[in-house]
Amino acid sequence: MNILVCVRRVPDTSENEIQLNSAGNDIERDDLVYSINEWDNYAVEEALQITARVGGEVTVVTVGDEEDEEVLRREMAMGAKQGVMLTDEVFTGSDAKGIATILKGYVDKNKFDLILTGVQAEDGGAQVGGMLAALLDYPFASLVNAIEVRDAGKLKITREIAGGNKEISEIDLPCVLSIQTGINEPRYVGMRGIRQVASVEIPQFGASELGVDKGAVGEAAARVRRLDYFIPALGKGAEMLTGERDQIVERVFDLLKERGGVQA
Amino acid sequence: MNRIFAYIEHKGGVADDSAAELIAAARKLDPSASPVAIAIGLGPELDSVCESLRAGYAEVWKIANDALAYPNAELVRQALVKVLPAGSIVLVPHTHFGLDLAPGLSIKLNAAYVPDILAIEPLAGNSLRLVRQEFGGQLSAHVTCDISTGAVISVRPGAFKPEPSAATGQIVDKSSEVGSLSARRRYLETVVAEAGEVDITKHALLVSIGRGIQEQDNVAIAEDLAQALGAAVSCSRPVVDAKWLEKSRQVGSSGKTVKPKVYMALGISGSFQHLAGLKGNPFIIAVNKNAKAPIFQVADIGIVDDILEFIPALTEKAREGAKAGAAEA
Amino acid sequence: MQGLSSAAQPSSWVLPAQVLFVSIQAFGLALFCYIVKQRLAPMLRAERDFRFDRPWQRIQNVLQYWLGQWKHPRYPGAGILHILIFAGFIVLAIRSFTLLVVGMPGSADYAAEPGLLAHLYGLVTDYAATIVFLCMIVAVVRRMVFKPARYAVPPQYGQGHPADAIFLLGLIAILMFADSLFAASEPVVSQARGEAPAALSLAWLLNLAIGSTSAASLWGIHTGASILHASAFYFLLCYRPFGIQFHVETSLFNVYFARLDRGTVKPVRWGVSEADLDNVQSFGVKKFEDFTWKHILDFYSCADCGRCSDKCPANAAGRPLSPRFLSIKARDYAFHHFPVFGKADNSHALVGGIYSEDEIWSCTTCGQCEEECPLLIEYINKIVDLRRGMIDDGKVPQTLQKPLKALESRGNPYGKLEKKRADWAKNKEFAAQCQVKTLDGDTADTLFFVDSVTSYDDRIQSIGRATARILDAAGTDFGILGAAEKDSGHEVRRFGEELLFLALRDENTAAIKESGAKRIVTADPHAFNALRHDYKDMPPIEHISQFIAREIKQGTLKLQGLEDATKVYAYHDPCYLGRHNQIYDEPRFVLDAIPGLKRVEMARCRDRSFCCGGGGLMLFYEPKESERMGVLRVKMAAEAGANVIITACPFCMVNIEDAIKVTGMELKMSAIDLAELVDRQLLRAPNVREVPIAVEAVW
Repeated sequence: MNILVCVRRVPDTSENEIQLNSAGNDIERDDLVYSINEWDNYAVEEALQITARVGGEVTVVTVGDEEDEEVLRREMAMGAKQGVMLTDEVFTGSDAKGIATILKGYVDKNKFDLILTGVQAEDGGAQVGGMLAALLDYPFASLVNAIEVRDAGKLKITREIAGGNKEISEIDLPCVLSIQTGINEPRYVGMRGIRQVASVEIPQFGASELGVDKGAVGEAAARVRRLDYFIPALGKGAEMLTGERDQIVERVFDLLKERGGVQA
Repeated sequence: MNRIFAYIEHKGGVADDSAAELIAAARKLDPSASPVAIAIGLGPELDSVCESLRAGYAEVWKIANDALAYPNAELVRQALVKVLPAGSIVLVPHTHFGLDLAPGLSIKLNAAYVPDILAIEPLAGNSLRLVRQEFGGQLSAHVTCDISTGAVISVRPGAFKPEPSAATGQIVDKSSEVGSLSARRRYLETVVAEAGEVDITKHALLVSIGRGIQEQDNVAIAEDLAQALGAAVSCSRPVVDAKWLEKSRQVGSSGKTVKPKVYMALGISGSFQHLAGLKGNPFIIAVNKNAKAPIFQVADIGIVDDILEFIPALTEKAREGAKAGAAEA
Repeated sequence: MQGLSSAAQPSSWVLPAQVLFVSIQAFGLALFCYIVKQRLAPMLRAERDFRFDRPWQRIQNVLQYWLGQWKHPRYPGAGILHILIFAGFIVLAIRSFTLLVVGMPGSADYAAEPGLLAHLYGLVTDYAATIVFLCMIVAVVRRMVFKPARYAVPPQYGQGHPADAIFLLGLIAILMFADSLFAASEPVVSQARGEAPAALSLAWLLNLAIGSTSAASLWGIHTGASILHASAFYFLLCYRPFGIQFHVETSLFNVYFARLDRGTVKPVRWGVSEADLDNVQSFGVKKFEDFTWKHILDFYSCADCGRCSDKCPANAAGRPLSPRFLSIKARDYAFHHFPVFGKADNSHALVGGIYSEDEIWSCTTCGQCEEECPLLIEYINKIVDLRRGMIDDGKVPQTLQKPLKALESRGNPYGKLEKKRADWAKNKEFAAQCQVKTLDGDTADTLFFVDSVTSYDDRIQSIGRATARILDAAGTDFGILGAAEKDSGHEVRRFGEELLFLALRDENTAAIKESGAKRIVTADPHAFNALRHDYKDMPPIEHISQFIAREIKQGTLKLQGLEDATKVYAYHDPCYLGRHNQIYDEPRFVLDAIPGLKRVEMARCRDRSFCCGGGGLMLFYEPKESERMGVLRVKMAAEAGANVIITACPFCMVNIEDAIKVTGMELKMSAIDLAELVDRQLLRAPNVREVPIAVEAVW
């Protein structure tokens, strides 16, 4: 089975302090550590596990520029056969639909049985997967946390729904799935793995190679744009208790009793 | 402005809370708007939902179809595309279903899509200004959206407070416009999460732990506190992902929905997905090392402290309190 | 009398007896050579190991640990027993070999008159054989009746072979018996060679017993003893390589080739330079042949005595690790897949086969096993190699992946910002008393290497501040690297991420060189060990305890008496200060220099100190265990009568304080770092107001 995984390089939330920059229009990007979007990493691991079971290859693709190559290489070090960079000046400033359009261009030029994305990105809204599927006219399922390959071009998938319940469906290939964290335990990628793929070529494709209409992507075509980042004015917010821990603990215990919390 | 539609989620014949919230959202979009509720399903349950929607929505479009007995986003999308006029604005709750439906719907409607919004205001020139959160809720962002060809907007549940509405609506049956539906994704069954020995939905006080508990062995500290208070231990998603507690303990959009009287959020940052599982406006006491944790914006009481120190201190206090109580009794 | 012997021997016996005697020897020797060749086979296919250097040091090791049985008395009962048996064997070795010649039936006729030396030797050997024989009986009784716990084989590791052990002990007893019987019957058989066996020896007893038998029978007994001796000798010789007794042959070599360098870890491949590592196809040990020949020799040499596992803290905590079985399972693997009779097998993966992943991750590299092993078997290098293999295959527990990634991107396992690494020194009250300069542009005499946990963990930062204040009080010109400092990488290396370690090491080395520091002081034994043993070309490095000890001796630092002299203190030797670097006395000297400090020693102290649970990345790993190592240690302190534990390592502090909390012993036990204690007790000039922050943090 040939699987395409769409990945994204994002600021790593656990190794950064996300703060507003001094101009107040973006996050402070100096001194940020970037890594692969956590959800996408789970998706790549899932793809690798599927191909280990049924054969095939995993390709990872991203829309970006040079800086984003490092996540492609990391996933190749993990086991993806091929990394692909979709890059072009005209892609800059694309919104989610623009990204999905660019990805569609790549998918159309190749043959993939299954396309995976992460459910969402740290700075995204869980859009690209569903949009890509609709553009390709492939069936789609989000929040997938289990995949079982069935015969004759079908998958049995489990979606995570409210209350911890699982919604089980059958879906026809080719399809697009967005993968939820916790679906598997991604394998470790060390410095050595990355060094070994350091010189593997990563092909690049631009708008013309992909047959993408310039008018459909990029900033001009974006219908949704971010204006700024801000820290919301704290609403009422919490009443912050200060003082010695002993005093605080006593106050909390009193509150618990007052509010009918203590049952012992 | 174009017509505004609200997609109604429902279960067992009862409309979800989001139905009322979407009206409020629509009003923010366009104060004079009269949004249309769309309810999709089958049978008497669907009928009863439509009936209940009349109090609030001026118009309720009912779409009944055998294939739609279970809300399969692929099929729902097909149905919606058939009935929605061009350029519509569709409001959808940002739930596991909304996530599944909205992006693809926006493409098929050739409309813009803005996910998971907290606030809306109209702007001149056929656009909107909306507020979203990013980076796990650490920052908010203003976005603009060009709605000239319509928009699909998914709304964060609980972001808009329902407002009373005097409208009494009509039910319009649109089932015939839908025609036959076929999907390459077919629903099989729903597996209900195992109950486990503790049902956190039944407790009035929850001692809830998050990633700040740091390791499996520290969970015992929370159990001690829960025991001393007569409460149950619940947790946020990272604790379950790390396999420190079973899934049945998870509070959140992908876990359980709880309605306790008091909720202790210990070492929980307060991400939206977690808070989504908290209903009924409980009294929230939050303890977190990070003074900027988003939880402090929703909590009633906030304490900046190391939970690994705070919890044992509170446990001791609770035990003393229990002894004193027993002595008095 | 000469004539008596030749007249007495039935001529029909001699030839068959001689043939038998020679055949046994020829066959036995040939078989032994074949067996040894088969045993050598996997070693020849194994990885290289450079062990032929520093011969004089190696010979000293042989004299001390092999001949001198240096480690044995650590377990006095078994120790004495083994020393006697070993001594007996050495003494009897010559005799055994001579017997293989003079034992030739009929050779008695040609024997020469024994000289004085031979006579004395004869006496000594008679006693030796007796002692060994008695030791065999004691050993059997020990095993069958008293059953020392460390010999037991927990079911998850396989089955014990108690019958085998008894059998071997019995065989040795038979060998001694045969030897003594030969000696007993000799004087009667050969006047020329005959001399009375040593008084009260086994031979002497046997001599009494057989004294009255006829000459012909005596000849038969003598020949029989000789044949029995030869048979037993060769049977044992050929049987030993199939079990733990192989250590009789291999121990000398194992000790000779033992590791000479403490505190460090073997390179990924001997003979492959760091620059060439990228060309290595596979890192670490994944299959048996990936071990070095010396490690395979280790497996052969394991005597299954169980001392390592008995003292292993991970084992005591109920983790799936038992060092003894790391060796025995590998040895059994070798025996099974490289059999003496049969074909060598295809290579199988070790982890997931004889070893489990958890087993290998459970080790804290405390070194207790290596300290106990009388055969100087090494474990840490094997564990690290196995981890290297797992890392290479991507098999890393999820909880370790995040800190490793953080170390790669931020130089510390917590993922905290580099620029905040020196924030601990910016604490307002502290900065008012003690200026800590950052050596970016600035230079200083002494570098205070802080390392990650002390820089970022809010509790442990107070150890950093205390250390700085001590350096300051001693008038040292010191500074820190600040944001340029990266994690020392000590655990990164020991968890198998060699390349990441090398990257961290190189960055730190460059920063240290630029700082111009002429010496390094650190309060972190893991950093201390890394800088001392893993890094190259470093200026001299000291642990803060050594620094303080010296300054006290020189009079630069003075300590005042404790306010509360009722507390009882127990010093916990950190593994990487104590066992790996053998710094036991300086910290104690420092503590004893505090007037009024009552100190007790825990039963497991010094080189038997019980690991607190591990440092560095081990803090992120969640082992399966029944009880935390830290908890066991805190209980030991309580048992020793202490109510304060003094540590000299930030990781020990984390684990011990954690354990105190987890056991609910906060009211009965507390912990303080050596630097914090000294800082508090420093006698400072009257005009310096000091309120060490450490006080409220700890008490």
